[in-house]
Amino acid sequence: MAAIEIDHVTKIYRRHGHSRRYATLKSALLTGSLAKDLRPEESFLALNDMSATIRKGVTYGVIGRNGSGKSTLLKLVAGITKPTTGTVRVNGRVSALIELGAGFHPEISGRENVFINGVMLGLSRREITKRFDEIVEFAEMEDFIDAPVKTYSSGMYMRLGFAVAINVDPDVLLVDEVLAVGDEGFSLKCLDKFSEFKRRGKTILLVTHGLSMVERFCDEALWIDAGKKRLVGDPKRVVQMYLSDVELAEDLLLAAQDAKAQQTPVSPAPEVVAVEPVEAAREPDIVQEPEPESEPEPEATSNAESEDDDAQPDDMFVAKEGRWGSGGVRIDQVTLEGDHGPAHVFHTGERLTIRMQVHAPIEVDDFAFGISIFSNDGVCCYGTNTHIEEMKSKSLQGDASVSFVIDQLDLVGGTYKLDVAAHKRDGFSYDYHRLLYTFRVKSRTKDVGIYRPRHEWNFSDNVEFKPDTGGSSDLALDDQAPAADSDSDASASATVAEPAEPTE
Amino acid sequence: MLSNLRQLFRYRALVQTLVVRELKARYRGSVLGYFWSFVNPLLLLLVFSFVFTEIMPRGDDVNVEPYAVFMFCGLLPWTWFSSSLMDAANALIVNGNLIKKVMFPAEILPVVSVISNMVHFLFGMPILIGFLIYNSVELHPSELVWFPVVVAVQFILTLGLAMVLSALTVHFRDIKDLLSNLLTLWMFASPIIYPMSFLSARAKGFMDLNPFAHLAISYQEIFFYPGPFGHWKWLLALAFAGSALFLVGYWLFDRLRDSFAEEV
Repeated sequence: MAAIEIDHVTKIYRRHGHSRRYATLKSALLTGSLAKDLRPEESFLALNDMSATIRKGVTYGVIGRNGSGKSTLLKLVAGITKPTTGTVRVNGRVSALIELGAGFHPEISGRENVFINGVMLGLSRREITKRFDEIVEFAEMEDFIDAPVKTYSSGMYMRLGFAVAINVDPDVLLVDEVLAVGDEGFSLKCLDKFSEFKRRGKTILLVTHGLSMVERFCDEALWIDAGKKRLVGDPKRVVQMYLSDVELAEDLLLAAQDAKAQQTPVSPAPEVVAVEPVEAAREPDIVQEPEPESEPEPEATSNAESEDDDAQPDDMFVAKEGRWGSGGVRIDQVTLEGDHGPAHVFHTGERLTIRMQVHAPIEVDDFAFGISIFSNDGVCCYGTNTHIEEMKSKSLQGDASVSFVIDQLDLVGGTYKLDVAAHKRDGFSYDYHRLLYTFRVKSRTKDVGIYRPRHEWNFSDNVEFKPDTGGSSDLALDDQAPAADSDSDASASATVAEPAEPTE
Repeated sequence: MLSNLRQLFRYRALVQTLVVRELKARYRGSVLGYFWSFVNPLLLLLVFSFVFTEIMPRGDDVNVEPYAVFMFCGLLPWTWFSSSLMDAANALIVNGNLIKKVMFPAEILPVVSVISNMVHFLFGMPILIGFLIYNSVELHPSELVWFPVVVAVQFILTLGLAMVLSALTVHFRDIKDLLSNLLTLWMFASPIIYPMSFLSARAKGFMDLNPFAHLAISYQEIFFYPGPFGHWKWLLALAFAGSALFLVGYWLFDRLRDSFAEEV
């Protein structure tokens, strides 16, 4: 039996009098626009032909981006707004945890407000009297229940509102992002209450951005995008599809940023690239004295760079993004690739390939390629170049391709920036791209730091853990899930699973 | 429309609760509490008595003694009327969170404004009764039975206006400001602090167009003027007009209902 039936529902919000925030009666009368001002002028399609059936006893999660229509859906089910077309049918009493403590009056006591709020939510006075103690106890408000509500802290206010709403004993409970109520203990109590609801076969409609909540609690999930149904079904699958879609959007955003960064002009003087590159390279005064071999490449390059531009700080760690160099070798294009072609979002442990298209107008024999990865707060995570890895350059001319393959990206989640460079062995820059490329690493584990060594935990027999319920205690499972689900490629999940393998 | 009215009836428990909330909140947080119901009219009596005896004394031909009884006959209903309209004009905006976040028939809010001010009006009646006893005014049961009728007519009329105002204020925020000035004008244009006999014949003709004048006169006929209740024809007409206004007001409210949650 369906608890909630949403049948081809479309909701159009209308905006009145858009040109002024508030129309005034005076102007309406003066300009004779009274009737016009009351007519809607703009419309916004919040839900577009949405259909869904929520069976009785099911915990149903609704996810989607901001503004996708989640809350509108909830309001329609709650009966707060009516659909423009289509019908919403709800069987049984509905309680909406949307606005907690709505209708609390600040001047009067918590006790009286409980009654008012309860009546507002559809309880009779007798029912409230019966449940009053339970409500107060749940809200942990025994000491303050007779004080006026205006003296309550916001936490107390929300707790009391929550306690009333949850004690309405609804058949259908609507929840909209209200679990951030009170302290840790209270949140747990709320979760317990939800579980109890579930056990008793009540229907819960949950709108949230807390995806782990959806995975853990819901029997079914609905993903709404721009007012339309995108996917409905098993919560884990829906969440994964949603996450990969979010990543795609992030990817596009980062790609757009990179595209902008690529257009950054070559810094010393654009004409340096234009003039005969070799000549420019032969300029004696900008040739840096040879660096010791052990010197990491990026630093060397930045020193060379500081020669011809004193304003540039010596410290590479505070360096700003930019591009400079003589142009003896040009890096025309840099692409980041995952297992499925160009990408900007990667999962911890995935393969990352940095591919450079380079061009040397005239043959050069002294060259090196380098890369370094910076965390978002400017810490150099890793830097290397072909020279310090003791590759002796021999010849480069015309178009060429250079790839740097990181087999397993063992970085914790976060945003990272990339330097790429082509330079002489002594560090003199042909083409240096400083922090021009951005990629993001996703990890379902909330581990901290920069580097994520492959690891496993071993315990003696008397250390026991509960079976995995989606919590964050199990690194391997947590990490494996996204890749395995979002990528059909088996090798991807295998790569991710590896960190958990024994490494001794 | 009919189903709307039925729904309104179904929500009577909520209306009752909200009225109680309004009244409690009004008296809470003030030292005198309930006694403000008396103190306010008494202070007004003091003001108007002073004006009419010291600043601009009435002529001898206009006899309004006892003045306190006369004035309260008009002033108490006027307070009910004007406060209801002011509250109703604000009601939807002040309670925006209810409209937006809770399943809640919005028309309850203007209804609550009118009813809670009516209760307040009834709470104020003892002061009138006190002055009636003090001046040992004789009352006739045949006149007193008209009192609930007059209250009912005033109720429906006020409610109709309240519906219109509350709905329109959501769209036109300046109604609040216009309204307070308009109500001041309206008060002085009604026979509340002066009797009808104070006016010229032409002014009386205008006064017939003022619905509140008929209400004030009705109250005065019951409590102040001797003789049988003679204003019932006007009262009957006003009852019809008030009902019509209520229906029109409710219709307008219903038409604009969907815009409330978005505009508030």
